Amino acid sequence: MLQTSPAVEVRDVCFAYGDQEVLHNVSFSIARRELVAIVGPNGGGKTTLLRLLLGELQPRFGSVRVFGELPAVSKRRVGYVPQAIPFDPRFPVSVREVVLMGRVAKARLGIFGKADHTAAEEALAKVGMSGFAGRAFAEISGGERQRVMIAQALAGGSEMLFFDEPVANVDSKHASQLYNLFKELTSEGVTVLMVSHNLGVVTVHATQILCVNRTAGLHAIGDLASQTFTEAFGGSLTAIRHDSDCHVLDPSSAMHAPHHGQERGAR
Amino acid sequence: MLSFFKDLLEYPFLVNAVLAAVLAAVAAGLTGSLVVVRRSTYLAGAVSHSVLAGLGLARLLQRRFGVQWLTPMGGAALVAVAVALLLARLTARGRHRSDTVLSAVWTGGMALGVSFVAATPGYQDDLMSYLFGSILLVSGSDLLWMAALNAVIIAAMLLCYNRFLAIAFDEGLARLRGVNTALYETVYHLLAALTVVLLVRVTGIVLAVALLTLPAAAAGLLARRLDHMMVLAAAIGIAVGVGGLAVSYTPGLPPGATIVELALAVYLLAALVGRRFARG
Repeated sequence: MLQTSPAVEVRDVCFAYGDQEVLHNVSFSIARRELVAIVGPNGGGKTTLLRLLLGELQPRFGSVRVFGELPAVSKRRVGYVPQAIPFDPRFPVSVREVVLMGRVAKARLGIFGKADHTAAEEALAKVGMSGFAGRAFAEISGGERQRVMIAQALAGGSEMLFFDEPVANVDSKHASQLYNLFKELTSEGVTVLMVSHNLGVVTVHATQILCVNRTAGLHAIGDLASQTFTEAFGGSLTAIRHDSDCHVLDPSSAMHAPHHGQERGAR
Repeated sequence: MLSFFKDLLEYPFLVNAVLAAVLAAVAAGLTGSLVVVRRSTYLAGAVSHSVLAGLGLARLLQRRFGVQWLTPMGGAALVAVAVALLLARLTARGRHRSDTVLSAVWTGGMALGVSFVAATPGYQDDLMSYLFGSILLVSGSDLLWMAALNAVIIAAMLLCYNRFLAIAFDEGLARLRGVNTALYETVYHLLAALTVVLLVRVTGIVLAVALLTLPAAAAGLLARRLDHMMVLAAAIGIAVGVGGLAVSYTPGLPPGATIVELALAVYLLAALVGRRFARG
């Protein structure tokens, strides 16, 4: 049964920081093996949505399921690769050690065994960094570090990867390599969600686009249309035809709709 | 300096001093490396200065009230553990501004210590020895006690190393991967506190931070892995510890201060040599 449950299922979710509602009546479902780009204006709730999926935040209304489980349970099957690692360039750590950190909570008595090292090697191979295991993490480039962080998540058994602006800090060559890696990963069964501002790239590589602006709508990439959604993003950008129930263009009316979901704890 | 090694064969107190320097260096190398990469040397400063309250209280209880079960080092250990637990709790996940809390503990502990010392009758020779150490007065029972503390620190470091490394690298990611970061933060604070207590015997309160951070900082400029850094820091600590004793012996210099000065020289040397390792 777990095999058939979608990677992400969000139903009627509302979330507020204090009095300020950030997400309102958000519902969507993401199948496994998709490469989903999350787009939307700053402050639209993209990061909040990711944190809900990671179980770091709890929805006020509605429900969030990842692989059919509560995010608090599923979080070990999910890997998060941050935009910028708060990394001290003098931090003494090898690439292998960084990848092994993906399994740090699994290690018995806190000491890594053979299975852990094998998983780390395999993960490094998957991201094309096999020859780097012994290198110092501080000595490799930003793009290489990002791959190592992906390997860390894979080594930890992540079946879904979240990226926050994955190509913000790498050059275009690395970016296209990274997107190719995403495609390989999805073909191997991994689901990839990435927050991105670069719509031009997103529409080329993603299989689905999730527009988040207080509300959210999921669109197959085939839904591209000739309209612009200047109002939502400012400037002229790639257009997506929205279904009637998507409110990215004008969230204001949707924001006043009554909560669809049940309040947490009301059950 | 030669006479030091000649006298080493004759005087047991010198052998004790050398053993104390070695034991202190090992603990300082292990814990100090973690303290340095986590940029929490002020934690060590706060704990070391606050133990003056424990030292002073134990002395006061001994001299004025005849309480014999609490030795000054025992008092120091009690205060250090209490302070470590308090700091781990207060600074967890940025609940309070950590530098403010550290300053409060640092200065509050010293103030209490000074008050206790002032209230203690008799000659106040102890205060200087607490502040600047008395490695030449280390006794056999001190050594046993230091060795036991060292064993605890080494065992904890072996078991917690991978989790400490992950937390130091990125606490948020470690938590996401399922590490009980609150538990390991508490263990880390306790290890730092116990190491500081051990160092106070050798170099005193004021210089304990130096022994904890300087060898580790020098090692950090040369090593590319934390475990290598720990071993190298311990080796540097042993070298400057024994070297400092030898250098200070004949001219009668204060050994604690000499050890720290040597450690500083090694750190500066490492900064010159290690520059080619640095990036950015």
